[in-house]
Amino acid sequence: MAYTVRRPNLTFWEKIYLPNIIAGLAITFKHLKKMLKGETHVVMQYPEEKWDAHLPEYYRGAPTLVKDEHGRERCVSCQLCEFICPPRAIKITPGSIPSESKFAKVEKFPEAFDIDMSRCIYCGLCEEVCPEQAIFLRKDYAVTGESRADMVHHKEKLYELGGTMPDLVHKWNPEK
Amino acid sequence: MSTEVPLLNVQIDGVWMQFPKGTKVIEACSQAGKFIPRYCYHPKLSIPGNCRMCLIEMGMPKMTPDRKPVLGPDGRPEIGWIPRPQISCAQDVAEGMGIRTDSPLVKECRQGVMEFLLINHPLDCPICDQAGECRLQEFSVEYGNSHSRFLERKVKKPKNVELGPRVTLDAERCVLCSRCIRFMKEVAKDDVLGFVDRGGFSTIACHPEKTLESNYSLNTVDICPVGALTSTDFRFKMRVWFLKETKSIDVNDGLGCNILIGSRENHIYRITPRENNDVNGNWIPDSHRLNFKYIQSEERILAPTVDQKPAAWTEATKAAVAKLKAAGKLAMIVSSKLTNEELYLAKRLATALNITLHDTLPRFETPDGILIPSDRNPNTSGARLLGAFTKEPGAHLKEIVEGVRKGTIQGVLSLGEDLLDCGFAHEDLLKLKALVVTSILPNASTKAAHVVLSGAAWAEKRGSMVNIHGRLQRLNKAVEPAGESRDDWEILRDLLEATGTVAALHSIEDVFRSMSQDVPAFAGLNLGKIGDLGLQLLPKQETATVTA
Repeated sequence: MAYTVRRPNLTFWEKIYLPNIIAGLAITFKHLKKMLKGETHVVMQYPEEKWDAHLPEYYRGAPTLVKDEHGRERCVSCQLCEFICPPRAIKITPGSIPSESKFAKVEKFPEAFDIDMSRCIYCGLCEEVCPEQAIFLRKDYAVTGESRADMVHHKEKLYELGGTMPDLVHKWNPEK
Repeated sequence: MSTEVPLLNVQIDGVWMQFPKGTKVIEACSQAGKFIPRYCYHPKLSIPGNCRMCLIEMGMPKMTPDRKPVLGPDGRPEIGWIPRPQISCAQDVAEGMGIRTDSPLVKECRQGVMEFLLINHPLDCPICDQAGECRLQEFSVEYGNSHSRFLERKVKKPKNVELGPRVTLDAERCVLCSRCIRFMKEVAKDDVLGFVDRGGFSTIACHPEKTLESNYSLNTVDICPVGALTSTDFRFKMRVWFLKETKSIDVNDGLGCNILIGSRENHIYRITPRENNDVNGNWIPDSHRLNFKYIQSEERILAPTVDQKPAAWTEATKAAVAKLKAAGKLAMIVSSKLTNEELYLAKRLATALNITLHDTLPRFETPDGILIPSDRNPNTSGARLLGAFTKEPGAHLKEIVEGVRKGTIQGVLSLGEDLLDCGFAHEDLLKLKALVVTSILPNASTKAAHVVLSGAAWAEKRGSMVNIHGRLQRLNKAVEPAGESRDDWEILRDLLEATGTVAALHSIEDVFRSMSQDVPAFAGLNLGKIGDLGLQLLPKQETATVTA
């Protein structure tokens, strides 16, 4: 059904435009004057200046791996993130922890953990699916590299970015 | 079947149905589409009734004082319900029996049993290999509670225990269903497992002076409904939900156990048995299921070679035929590990090259009395049907070896066998003017061969085989052939075309069609008709001659 748009009933002064144009120009000149006096600061000089301090807590940057307060790799290589990852950026090679290790109780760890950052879409499903709270999207967003191989974050890089997050999972802690 | 089994009227969830006498209630319910959760019940094992997961409500017809059933207004017997739950696995159906599988009582029972089972469960699914095919996970979602009410400390039990060379036990995950104990006692006939520390600390354990080293030990891992028993070989290799399962058959002996090949991204991770009650039941020997690593070996021949130099396929097949034709008198050794299609083409190739002397290498060893027969070649029956050997397997091998030694035979075509296994000495191979070999792994013959044609392993190709009981079964392709390797039927087809014959075979289906036209035993069949469980091709009586 046709819908009739109601036109506003303009007054005489509105119909001749001029007062509104003058009002607009006044605003423009006001800002020009402020700019010339150096009172406004609009352009940010990236990368010398960054917005990082203003990033919210929930910001989804590069995915990283974290260790717990005992220095244990949180990841037990259950491969759920590999399964859920929509662009298939994650590749895990599982391995078993040797019985002489102090974390032998955990039995399983990732021998290799690669995230292809040229594939990652920063969706955060890996963080959401992780049953061990081992993978987090942190605030790193400037991921660069000179080749495709450079864009793959290996385990060392992931732990370097992730660091330590204490007090999240207690089930593997030694008995008190 | 000698006598007709009487059918009994049973009411399941208000619907009257008929089941043959002797049917277990749990099976009857499954057939009626009412799945009953179970841990300890396994159709191939005895029934201990110890997991209590299959509880149902049951009733029998109400009886009048003169022992006649009271009939309701619908003419059916009125059921007097037993006021407590029953286990459905240890109960046969009876005339007029009533069963309720989803009444409030049954639901509450299942919820209660699940809560008890999970009290001491470690909940380490992220590191458990069973996750994804775990009954405890599945039934917990289906029938369990969303959270635990258990505040006390969980019981600690032994973890990561090597029960045997191939099986690892995590006693904390065990639900004490005793399937593994019963399997070892009843099927593997090696009664080494049992419960110890009866009570809250009950644990599966091996007899103190023994280990779980039976050649059937890995079947306990398959039937373990939880992650208590895991395969040491498959441990932490890959999560099961990534595996693509290809239905195929085992090629380590003449029985051809039905299997599932679990692969991911062109890599085989494990092999598990597939139920076929006419062949292997639910089981497979460990030696067979673990014998797949050579397919992924670094040693694999990845491309054909001519005079030990890599060559293109067209060159290699042409060179092979040219060398064989130039050599003079020829002999052919065919492996009984080839599929029917390949054996058929080999026979046609022999005719095209005027080879009258051909034989297979027999492999007979002592049977193990359970599944493994004496014949360790997977397709001796097929080779017999397709004329790969003339009298008995191996009857002409000596003649061929002596012919080569005397110099009367100057060319040998070996399809899938190492000639050193067939009685040749290394110097014999050097005497030959033409030695053409198909193989997947390097051996003495491939090192001495003039032309090596790299074939596909059994998990890399389709085809059919006939087992010792005359059953036609199908191989399916789980992974791609390594490197430049090709399906053996394609190699044989190209060799055949290089001799000047127009084969006009473009797919494995074409080969089967051509075979079904030429060989009466396969008449009217195709690969599709074989089906996943195979097809009885020869009457079972005839197999005596095949197995002898």
